[in-house]
Amino acid sequence: MPVGMIERVGRNTNNTLAAFGDFCVFVARTILWIPTLFRWKNLRLLFPQMYEVGVRSVPVIAVTGAFIGMVLAIESHTTFKTIGQEYRLGSIINLSVVKQIGPVLAAVMLAGRIGGALTAELGTMNVTEQLDALRVMGADPIRYLVVPRFVACVLLTPILTIYSDLLGVIGGWLISVKFLGVPDAPYWYYSAQAVDNYQIFEGIVKSIFFGGAIGLISCYKGFTCGAGASGVGRACTESFVMSFIAIIILNFFFAQMLKEIYIAVYGIKGIF
Amino acid sequence: MSLIELRHVSKRFGWLVVLDDVSLAIETGKSIVIIGASGTGKSVLLKHIVGLLKPDEGEVWFDGQRIDTLPERKLMDVRQRFGFLFQMGALFDSANVAENVGFPLVEHTHKAPDEIREIVQRKLALVGLPDVGKKMPAELSGGQKKRVALARAIALNPEVILYDEPTTGLDPIRSDVINELIIKLQRELQVTSIVVTHDMNSAFKIADRIVMLHEGHIIFDGTPAEIQKTDHPVVKRFVLGEASEMELAEIGKVAGTAPSPPIREIEGK
Ligand SMILES: Nc1ncnc2c1ncn2[C@@H]1O[C@H](COP(=O)(O)OP(=O)(O)OP(=O)(O)O)[C@@H](O)[C@H]1O
Ligand SMILES: [Mg+2]
Repeated sequence: MPVGMIERVGRNTNNTLAAFGDFCVFVARTILWIPTLFRWKNLRLLFPQMYEVGVRSVPVIAVTGAFIGMVLAIESHTTFKTIGQEYRLGSIINLSVVKQIGPVLAAVMLAGRIGGALTAELGTMNVTEQLDALRVMGADPIRYLVVPRFVACVLLTPILTIYSDLLGVIGGWLISVKFLGVPDAPYWYYSAQAVDNYQIFEGIVKSIFFGGAIGLISCYKGFTCGAGASGVGRACTESFVMSFIAIIILNFFFAQMLKEIYIAVYGIKGIF
Repeated sequence: MSLIELRHVSKRFGWLVVLDDVSLAIETGKSIVIIGASGTGKSVLLKHIVGLLKPDEGEVWFDGQRIDTLPERKLMDVRQRFGFLFQMGALFDSANVAENVGFPLVEHTHKAPDEIREIVQRKLALVGLPDVGKKMPAELSGGQKKRVALARAIALNPEVILYDEPTTGLDPIRSDVINELIIKLQRELQVTSIVVTHDMNSAFKIADRIVMLHEGHIIFDGTPAEIQKTDHPVVKRFVLGEASEMELAEIGKVAGTAPSPPIREIEGK
């Protein structure tokens, strides 16, 4: 029995490592093909994806952003008011929106919206042999399908994040100033003090990597999905879960790394 | 010298052995038909020939070059010499029919859009579908999809065409037209054809040579005339379309009733 268990653990480890190796090869090949995308003939592949990833995500991203800002205002107002600091409400709301919650939730939202769609689309192409058809006709499916989707994700996630941040800032301001009666001037004064260019830059840099992770994971899951409609369904679920985990983990490492860079460049600075 | 050669090819999926030491050589300009029960690995065999699947053991050669070990980029060049009709068509469902048929032309040639449109039109007419260019694959019937896929497979005038069940799902008249098309391509353009089919009529009509695959092995390899005279029980039953007692017993097992005798009796009357 113990031998069987060890064997099982060994096999699982092996499979996991093999899958991770496959994923790395997939990533490497995607990156190697990127330069070819910027030839005129191939650019036509990019624009439909930009539309799909970017334009079509605008509504959900707007809603996500606005409500994050509004909820943050409602929740922190009580606490800040108790200690008589509601003038400083802007600092915490806008800092959270721009630096942490905004980029992360926007990425999670995108993982759900475009990640699911990409996995379903490529997975369906996989199980109906359309990927094989591409290969046979001499078009590498990674160049043809993955690269444009990956590039669209990398380019547009930061832009969507900025948009989401903007609506978060507006949402927070709306609730704080218009409904909870925090005066306008101090609200913006303390916001500007808390959020400097570096914080905004931090959110955007992260979102580029979040976008890349979403694109690569969703495409990979589509390419390796099991047979039939059930295989595609399972791949979609896995793709979302994996993207989510990747976002959370990347966020942790970026928090640490970017903080160190910040300290190295600007020295330590308090928020309040 | 043979154009395509499989040497001792074995392929497994997990525990399932699909091909077991299969060797097959195919000459230039010939039509070879591959028959065999559903699920014996005919499609898997075709995919080995264009490098979509790699053998676990053995070698695949094409035109004096070993291709199962070629990197993907080099394979691309080799594959341009092939046309492949997939069993389910594998049309790109995000593109319309004309874009599907024109895809290999756009990818591999520098022809002007007008010229491509004209070729697409000609290929679609060849498979009897001159008016569907603007439609999406989802709007076509199963048989129409298959014919569009065939038009796409022959768009580049390939030297070798692999047909995975070209006539399944077509009415008898249309099947015959496709048979004639396959023969015509072979006669006039010296195309090498490899046809997987369950349709014995079409097999007899097209084939210079018939190969039967059974449980991972090639159990018959000969001309249409030879297969009609064979004594091999499995081959004979396949050609005549008769199930064995054992296969009929499966129906009984599923239904929970007595096996074959009743069915045989009805047939006998
Ligand atoms: N990619 C794959 N992964 C796992 N198993 C596979 C794969 N492709 C094929 N198989 C298995 O290999 C066997 C042979 O499949 P194949 O599609 O070649 O059959 P076939 O002879 O073409 O049958 P049919 O006449 O029904 O098309 C089947 O049992 C199938 O389940
Ligand atoms: Mg098949």
